[in-house]
Amino acid sequence: MIRCLVAAIGLSIAATSVLAAAPIEIGVGYLGRAGIKAKLSLVELPAENDGLAGARLAIEDNNTTGKFLNQRFTLEEVRLRDDEDVAKAAAALAERSGFIIADLPADDLLKAANALRERGTLLLNAGAIDDRLREQDCRANVIHVAPTRSMLADALAQYLVWKQWKRWLLVVGSHDQDKLYADALRRAATRFGAKIVQERTFEDTGGARRTDSGVTLIQRQIPVFTQQAPAYDVLVAADESEVFASYLPYRTWDPRPVAGSAGLVPTSWHAAQDQWGAIQIQNRFAKLNLRHMTALDMQAWTAARMVGEAASRTKSGDPKAVSDFLRGKDFSVAAFKGRRLTLRDWNLQLRQPILLVDGRMVVSVSPQEGFLHQVSELDTLGADRPETKCKLN
Amino acid sequence: MQAELKEDGLRIWRHCLLFGMAAWLAAATPASAFIAYVSNEKSNTVSVIDTNSWAVIKTIKVGQRPRGIEFTRDGKFVFVAVGDDDSIQVIDVAKQEVVDSLPSGPDPELFALDADGKILYVANENDNTVTIIDVEKRARLGEIQVGVEPEGMAISPDGKILINTSETTNMAHFIDTTTREIVANVLVDARPRYAEFKRDNSEVWVSSEIGGTVSVIDPAKREVTKKISFEIPGLRSEAIQPVGIGMTKDGKTAFVALGPANRIAVVDAVSHKVTKYLLVGQRVWHMAFTPDEKYLLTTNGVSNDVSVIDVAAQKVIKTIQVGELPWGMTIAQP
Repeated sequence: MIRCLVAAIGLSIAATSVLAAAPIEIGVGYLGRAGIKAKLSLVELPAENDGLAGARLAIEDNNTTGKFLNQRFTLEEVRLRDDEDVAKAAAALAERSGFIIADLPADDLLKAANALRERGTLLLNAGAIDDRLREQDCRANVIHVAPTRSMLADALAQYLVWKQWKRWLLVVGSHDQDKLYADALRRAATRFGAKIVQERTFEDTGGARRTDSGVTLIQRQIPVFTQQAPAYDVLVAADESEVFASYLPYRTWDPRPVAGSAGLVPTSWHAAQDQWGAIQIQNRFAKLNLRHMTALDMQAWTAARMVGEAASRTKSGDPKAVSDFLRGKDFSVAAFKGRRLTLRDWNLQLRQPILLVDGRMVVSVSPQEGFLHQVSELDTLGADRPETKCKLN
Repeated sequence: MQAELKEDGLRIWRHCLLFGMAAWLAAATPASAFIAYVSNEKSNTVSVIDTNSWAVIKTIKVGQRPRGIEFTRDGKFVFVAVGDDDSIQVIDVAKQEVVDSLPSGPDPELFALDADGKILYVANENDNTVTIIDVEKRARLGEIQVGVEPEGMAISPDGKILINTSETTNMAHFIDTTTREIVANVLVDARPRYAEFKRDNSEVWVSSEIGGTVSVIDPAKREVTKKISFEIPGLRSEAIQPVGIGMTKDGKTAFVALGPANRIAVVDAVSHKVTKYLLVGQRVWHMAFTPDEKYLLTTNGVSNDVSVIDVAAQKVIKTIQVGELPWGMTIAQP
């Protein structure tokens, strides 16, 4: 009798252990710098969890799927202070996470990539748009989810050319990243047949972005700054540093539209995007975070979803198996952009349509109709295979 | 010589006359007429099409963002999911107006009625749930937790299994309709939109919009046994986005709407080979057969029209302008 009971208990334990086999744990890290980026517009000031909130939503989405596959995703966040060493932090995070979503400046990202090369931890670059990270400084253990400057510039240029606004007045900020964006815009103009009729530099002379005297001074400065320009169709501003571009619309000497860093802006995502089922992710995001979803949130969401997608396809949590699948030819991900997104195999950059937004609405989505390509129209945006300087491995 | 010619001419003339009469007779004899209801996602209307005249005979105002649309089993009512109003509205076919609504759960998109027409299963996109509704009592019977963004819904011919597809989870969930629990999850390609059973229960087909394929699943083994892919010369593979599926009752021919590829693929449903592509309107999504299966009607979102396909001839014979962004369709006898 007792023997029977023991056998029965043993059997029931065996049964429950089969049913409740411990889920496969898949650790994803999020590595970013602390501090908030400066913005001219108060409504565009990023939230403290900008980016991270997108990754969190994707982890939730991955877990909804994971419960059917016995996979459980976790997210660990590390925010670096100014003096903290990124290589050390990345290595520590990699102890627990096979995948790290990075929102780091270019040099930091390279340090992290070099520190993790031996270990084979995969970095998903969600924040840095520098072309060099996908070209001369590319790394085999870094997948780029964020678009590049040249993809953004090409997306804008295609639309402006389609609109027949081909004469550009280019105004460039005085900081390094402004100049890099200007380089991308010049390249785009040449590529798609626009003409830069004149270039002007807007010197950052310092000073506060917010003052109580408000717009009075700006209203005097900007018309003067933009007067006596040769005939042009659109003012294109390169101001990643957020010093002047948002002051331009409605204040130019000639009545002309503004594009680039203000006015019509190319971006990977916007809270107004509601096509291709996007309303569903916008609703999910807003419910979870009580705020709008930004481009950085979307880039981080996509990065974490890519890990989830590869884990469910391979039915594995093994970092190597998942990374190999991500880099393989069968990988694609759906990210509310109306078509599947794939990786450029020569530099591990995610192909993606780029939205053109005016701050309140999505005006258009590039690539524009008529810009053709022999492989994928998405490769009309950014550096293409024949021009790449990247050598993986 | 001349006489011969004259006689020839006469013969030809007689021929033409006879032929013309026949053609006229054929045109005048109405194929049994049916009524198609088309949901127009952007206009917030339902267009009513008479399949005899191939004309819109009425436009019914409904709630916001109408998508999934289905006749009740008795043919007296049409259910239409109005996602942005979080409900399913009931159109009285005799009155041709909205007379009631069902408590559907948030953002209903597609739904399936059981064989008796008594229980309605609704996919709630916003909530990762399938809601079960008692149609007569207008009451919610329960909910089933599924994957992220549930969309496609289909009930097996024996009524035992409900299929729900979830767009971001990329699965077809097999739900036991008695216990209301998930019994299997089958992974398919990205963004599964629609599920359709063969009448003999031998296969269930699931379309993947972003993946660009149709997965053929064996309902007994609950495994993907075949993937159908599509190739159209001159079109990038990203533009081929399968959504709606129509299958003839005999299970021999299937039609797959390819979205922005603006085409319907004709598939030999036995060999699973694509035999033909029919050019229809822009961004074709869903479709419905006339009950006699002579015609198949498709909703073309971007061109705001409906294409009529002659099923036997496999030809598009007509285009009918409807409201803005036509989405779903249901057809019954008047």
